[in-house]
Amino acid sequence: MLVAPTLNYSLLSPMLIILGGALITVLIEAFVGLAHRAVIQLTITIGSISLSLVQLWGIRDKFSTKAAVGSVVIDKAGIFLQGTTLILALIAVLLIADQENFVSKASAIPGSSEEAQAINSGDKQTEIFPLFLFAVAGMMLFPVASDLITLFVALEVFSLPLYLLAGLSRRRRLLSQEAALKYFLLGAYSSAFFLFGSAFLYGYSGTVSITGISKAIAAGAGNDVFIMLGIIFVSVGLLFKVSAVPFHSWTPDVYQGAPTPITGFMAACTKVAAFGALLRIFYVGLSGVYTEWRPIITTIAIITMIFGSVVAIAQRDIKRMLAYSSIAHAGFLLSGIVALNKDGLAASLFYLFAYGVATIAAFGIISLIRDSAGEVTDLNQWVGLGKRSPLIATVFSFLLLSFAGIPLTGGFVGKFAIFSAAYKTGNIGLVVVGVLSSAIAAFFYIRVIIMMFFTDPGHDAVSVVIPTVRSRIAISGAVVISIALGLAPSFLLNTATTFANFIK
Amino acid sequence: MNLLTIVGALPLLAAIIIGLLPKGNNELIKRVALGATSVITIASIFLATGFDKAQTAFQFVQSISWISAFKINFAVGIDGISLVLILLSTILVPIVVLATWNDSDTGRWSSKTFYMLILILETMMIGVFAATDLFLFYVFFEAMLIPVYFLIGGFGSGEKSAAAVKFLLYSLFGGLLMLASIIGIYVIAGNQIGATFDLTQLATLQIDSTTENLLFLGFFIAFAIKAPLVPFHTWLPDAAKSATPGTSVLLLGVLDKVGTYGMIRFCIALFPDASKTFTPLIIVLSVVSILYGAFMAIGQRNIKGLIAFTSISHFGFITMGIFAMTSQGMSGATLYMVNHGFSTAALFLIAGWMIKRRNSSTISDFGGLQRITPLMAWSFFIAGMSSLALPGLSSFVSEFLVLVGTYTRYPVAAIVGTLGIVLAALYILIPIQKALHGPTAPGNESLTDLNLREKIAIAPVIAVIIAMGFYPKPVLDLINPTAQRVVTTAGFTDPAAKVVK
Repeated sequence: MLVAPTLNYSLLSPMLIILGGALITVLIEAFVGLAHRAVIQLTITIGSISLSLVQLWGIRDKFSTKAAVGSVVIDKAGIFLQGTTLILALIAVLLIADQENFVSKASAIPGSSEEAQAINSGDKQTEIFPLFLFAVAGMMLFPVASDLITLFVALEVFSLPLYLLAGLSRRRRLLSQEAALKYFLLGAYSSAFFLFGSAFLYGYSGTVSITGISKAIAAGAGNDVFIMLGIIFVSVGLLFKVSAVPFHSWTPDVYQGAPTPITGFMAACTKVAAFGALLRIFYVGLSGVYTEWRPIITTIAIITMIFGSVVAIAQRDIKRMLAYSSIAHAGFLLSGIVALNKDGLAASLFYLFAYGVATIAAFGIISLIRDSAGEVTDLNQWVGLGKRSPLIATVFSFLLLSFAGIPLTGGFVGKFAIFSAAYKTGNIGLVVVGVLSSAIAAFFYIRVIIMMFFTDPGHDAVSVVIPTVRSRIAISGAVVISIALGLAPSFLLNTATTFANFIK
Repeated sequence: MNLLTIVGALPLLAAIIIGLLPKGNNELIKRVALGATSVITIASIFLATGFDKAQTAFQFVQSISWISAFKINFAVGIDGISLVLILLSTILVPIVVLATWNDSDTGRWSSKTFYMLILILETMMIGVFAATDLFLFYVFFEAMLIPVYFLIGGFGSGEKSAAAVKFLLYSLFGGLLMLASIIGIYVIAGNQIGATFDLTQLATLQIDSTTENLLFLGFFIAFAIKAPLVPFHTWLPDAAKSATPGTSVLLLGVLDKVGTYGMIRFCIALFPDASKTFTPLIIVLSVVSILYGAFMAIGQRNIKGLIAFTSISHFGFITMGIFAMTSQGMSGATLYMVNHGFSTAALFLIAGWMIKRRNSSTISDFGGLQRITPLMAWSFFIAGMSSLALPGLSSFVSEFLVLVGTYTRYPVAAIVGTLGIVLAALYILIPIQKALHGPTAPGNESLTDLNLREKIAIAPVIAVIIAMGFYPKPVLDLINPTAQRVVTTAGFTDPAAKVVK
């Protein structure tokens, strides 16, 4: 006889609300006319994210390893990561709602008469909202999944909508579609690697549960080759998502091709979800064999930091530059995994939040800078922006300084936290490489500031469009949070420290 | 509220007030800036009167928890050394404002931005000397780069944006090395006495010698870039040539002192054993800087480049005095920082006026100024004489103390360093001969002498240079107890004088 699984609905409710919202938006897509669709979709999206946040707040002190039989674990760190995802998603959706950045009819061939017709009739591709919500739901499930199968399902739930969203750019559509295809193909590969690794871990421990694996490691009964192969292949799958070198090659193309608000969302939230899962796997599941994986992850972290910082120097496109910068940041975040202590977890949580907020704000600003043909991401055309739009240029400079980790910004506090955690476990080499690559990285961030402020504009000047109220709220909100994280980081740091706890 | 914190916060407040003023009214903005900076000078002098010279512990201390997760406090306090450097900063700022009254008009941005940046910088200068929390110091140390970067890049001349970037990247690089060391010492403190950034507590740590050496180097390289020692100096001449004279005064007069100050406050206090290990190397670097700076200065045709290279030579003296580890050397070096601040300020301000009038910065273009603009020429002469340490002018006292202090421990270095004084005579007298005396260079006939504003601005600097030459006691009284304490707590005793029969 089959026994119905027991689900703890109150603990799962934040995720269920988002999934429910996603399903409703699908129905709206089918039944509501074009005229009102976008507004209703946006309202429901914002509503479900807010409701989910409220629910999450309600369960902030609860924990259970059996929230959904043994597949979902709700604990402090998981709740923090879910909350981070939701807050970032809330900011991102306000920017995504700006339909100006999205194609009017994705099915129309670029440059065809059908496309022109769709633009003229004011068509909108409002499917972005359900896709967005599904992605958010997957991202929330990912860091709380406690067995490898659920982890894989969550990975696909948040990846598939992102592949689609990446291809929906209004301008330079071919580039966007190419990016989407590339992302999809490489993503499929990495998923396969992940699954392959999961099979090895199952072969080692006889279970897919992360806690089960850690118990098997403690017992030491399994085949050591299996655990090594399992660690390597599972890591490949996840390191792909966080764009660590050498699994980063999709990052610049996808960041450049995707619609800018989607890039911001993806850059911020995918990192949160994927690092959340990485942290759980390594801290909970594999901490018993840290001597085996720590050298590997340390090496990858070092290569990632150096590669991201060095290659970013050569970029002439702001979105590509930020893509390489995000690669470098992935390297910094990997230091938090290598640290393998409570400080490392707390620092990673803080870093993910601070980096996410600054990233969404930065991409939000990029989407405002346009010329007659649309958004301008070529840095050479950004010259003299400081003269025409001092406020935008100043705010963007602040965000760049935060990425560079200059004191009095959230980025600096995060970097300090994560490196001091890594130093504590004796990874001094990692710290030294980290600060040196920060010095390299400072060069290209500052170059953008020079272009904006110290170079005189040429004739093909760009302008800053007047942002919509939504974008204005999103960008200014994110910037205010970033400034606050630099001046008074205590609140978030203390919160992160309290929440830095995985239950096993 | 703590008086020290108030003095530090005043410039920030003034910057905010200027930010609220209407944009077009430059005259009003300048007057408010001058008024505010003068008030700050008076406030800092008031602070100095409340300072107890006999005490060597930090005074006017205040500590508020800032980032509790890392035990970081907003902790400030001053001893004799930090007090004189704060005074140097607060006295120079209004002089710079008055002396370079019109320099901000031709910048890329408005005068309002210029004065806001200057005032924000002033807060950070006070903060960096007042911080007694290592993390807070680092925050000021790095954050102060940003206003300077914009001051050079936005208001300078020539290759300004390249110079600004070079300055910023050099400093950031050093700063990040220091950050690695700060993380190191923080973690070590966490293991030994509990996480803290408090300077007094950090000084009590027992660190094994390899780690201590590495941590020391992180700090030292950062400071050697800031107060440029050869081979970390190449950013300085570029920055000094491109910045406005006012910015150069603050850059060489005050900001570079953060480097030498840091060596005393952090390198020696936190890592006494490593300091001992590296002293021979540092003394050699100092002597090389003294000679290299002097030779380069002799070869300069650009007057701003000349002053920059003389400064590199002077920083060599200061570093030598610090690492001689004698109380005389330490006092001399600290006094040298103050004196160099004033004499460089005078040189840069007058050079700035000369360049503005003549529209050239080549030394040979200024021939015959002594006859045409006697007052300007005399002021430059006095500042130059102070720079070559003529007895009776301020730098003589400090240079003498440094050499005496060094001789007792490193006689060879002191003797070779003395060569720097001979070279100083060359690098100062040759330009003075070219620029001030000799035949009138074409185009100089109608140059005007100092106007009233410029006279008022330069008078106090010249007065200080002369007064400190004859009567340095009040300042030395402030410095000596602290210098003595630094040397003894680092475990050094002054070598006894040897009597040779």
